[in-house]
Amino acid sequence: MSELDLAGRVELLERMWLIRAFEEKVSELFARGQVVGLIHLGIGSEGSAVGVCSALRSDDYVFGNHRSHAHAIAKGADVDRLMAEIAGKASGYCKGKGGSMHIAAPEVGFVTATGVVGGNVALALGAALTSVTTQDNRVSVAFFGDGAGQSGSLHESLNLAALWKLPVVFVCENNGYAEFSPLSAHTVVERLTDYASVYSIPTVTVDGGDVMEVRRAAVSAVARARAGEGPMFIEVLTHRLRGHYEGDPAAYRELSEREEWTVRDPVARFRAELEGAGVAADTIAATEAAARSRIASAAESAVAAPGPDPEEATTDVYAV
Amino acid sequence: MEDTREMLYAEALVGALRHQLATDDRVHIMGLYFLGLTPHRQMVAELRDEYLDRFYYPPIAELGYVGTAIGAAMAGLRPIVDIATASFMFEAFPQIINEAANTYYMSGGRTAVPMIFHFNHGVRGGGAAQHSHSPQAMLWNTPGLEIMAPSTPRDVKGLVKTAAASDNPTAWVDHVRLFDTSGPVPDDEDFAIPFGVADIKRAGSDVTLFASSWLVQRALEAAELLEQQGIDAEVVDPRTLSPLDEEAIIESVAKTGRLVVVDECHRRCGVGAEIMAVVTENAFGDLRAAPIRVTTADVPVPFSPPLEEHIEPTTDKIVAAALEVTGH
Repeated sequence: MSELDLAGRVELLERMWLIRAFEEKVSELFARGQVVGLIHLGIGSEGSAVGVCSALRSDDYVFGNHRSHAHAIAKGADVDRLMAEIAGKASGYCKGKGGSMHIAAPEVGFVTATGVVGGNVALALGAALTSVTTQDNRVSVAFFGDGAGQSGSLHESLNLAALWKLPVVFVCENNGYAEFSPLSAHTVVERLTDYASVYSIPTVTVDGGDVMEVRRAAVSAVARARAGEGPMFIEVLTHRLRGHYEGDPAAYRELSEREEWTVRDPVARFRAELEGAGVAADTIAATEAAARSRIASAAESAVAAPGPDPEEATTDVYAV
Repeated sequence: MEDTREMLYAEALVGALRHQLATDDRVHIMGLYFLGLTPHRQMVAELRDEYLDRFYYPPIAELGYVGTAIGAAMAGLRPIVDIATASFMFEAFPQIINEAANTYYMSGGRTAVPMIFHFNHGVRGGGAAQHSHSPQAMLWNTPGLEIMAPSTPRDVKGLVKTAAASDNPTAWVDHVRLFDTSGPVPDDEDFAIPFGVADIKRAGSDVTLFASSWLVQRALEAAELLEQQGIDAEVVDPRTLSPLDEEAIIESVAKTGRLVVVDECHRRCGVGAEIMAVVTENAFGDLRAAPIRVTTADVPVPFSPPLEEHIEPTTDKIVAAALEVTGH
């Protein structure tokens, strides 16, 4: 599974472009007032979502967080329904009830996403426990940021996953900022992998700017989990080019840092890598064009779609 | 006439769990303190020995293990998670309130959370402020949760059956003082009590005593004492708070014209406050006297028995309230 031929790698680039185009479009719609509310973008960290999800089976479980558009798309979510959800439309994944932070696409294994930092981690353990009891051999992934690293939820989950040897992969996207402040304002621990090591969970730190490096780590973590050897913790050093939420001026960040990460942009970097490996320039250009066109169409449909019937607000409180 | 067998509440509870384990492979149980620290807990230990691979004994980390049970429900199991003392539930509130209760709605009905949270609430005798909470009103202010509060061996059997079949997260409000009570339990394995259907535990015409969980037993005791004074009390047990059988309460008040609401929550914004609101909104014209609440006082629950008794809803206080509301 770890070795991808050139065509397979082009597919990864396509998926990264789809995410990049999607999020840039969301930002654009937000600026125009066509998308409102709390929107958290992960532009610049596509390598993490695509690298990890490319190592998963379609029936493996992913539990997202507040910044999970990329995770959902990487897991196979439909961009039309996702865009419609973010635009608050009835045709969205959750009929407009969840929005950007609460995507659910269980048919592609994206079970739920939580807006509370750290809130999704224990849930992934539960799905993993289900897989152990039903012997369906699925693996569960929890995506969370460095900001969740200090939560009791993460630490209780790390302990329990190790204790019960659950098939979970913890993916910590360390973008260096917890909401509006640098990680150093939140912990004296320099390497977040230390949190997992305490519970005897094997760890690896990878460069989120290199999708193939992320993928290799994920393939090995997933194989380990599937073989019944227990959890693993992957720290992905990544970056978000936008602020914490759309509208955040991000004045807490150094300009030089942003420039550095623009150079390390996982999409541009992978694109150059594939060019170097002999993929035709036309083919590469087509990946971006196809993604942008697909997303333009999704955005157009989402903006034009009718909003939910107000009465819908009182349905789906209870399953019947 | 249904066939029944007399048994302890504790036996009926364990029987209900055993039935679910035997009939549904998806049922897994996390936590072992369903029967608190009472001697009856041996029955839970025996049940665990029968189903070792479906019982989990988690570390004392409610946030983590309750969250794990919730995630398991999302992925297709039907976990029954025991939080032991209700006060410990607060450690898991982020997962119960923010995840379990919200997910079905937030996902537009795509991800369900079919599970049960069991906990023992209320004054237990020397539990003090951190082992005596009655969190049902807090839970009731959370759309998305079902709440059941059995008061008899019969009800615990029938309500567990319904909760286990539900696709919603259900809070099972239990009380250690119920475990030694006894009563008839139907033999029928399929016996189920639908949610949202109150039970008139004692019919009467002079005053309605609304009570749930353990306090149903005290309300029944109060009704006996009132009868000796010529007052005919009706005891209404909602059996589930969410959904609530408003009709049954309103009908009873229409009949008696007088209401005493008995509730182990603290007075302010407790279950009793909501029942008062339901009655005044819907049956104001039927009330012949201002209704009275008998609740736990608005103080943390103290340790020492005389202090504890002073602030909890005792039988004597229920009798006094009924006398007052009926003009005696």
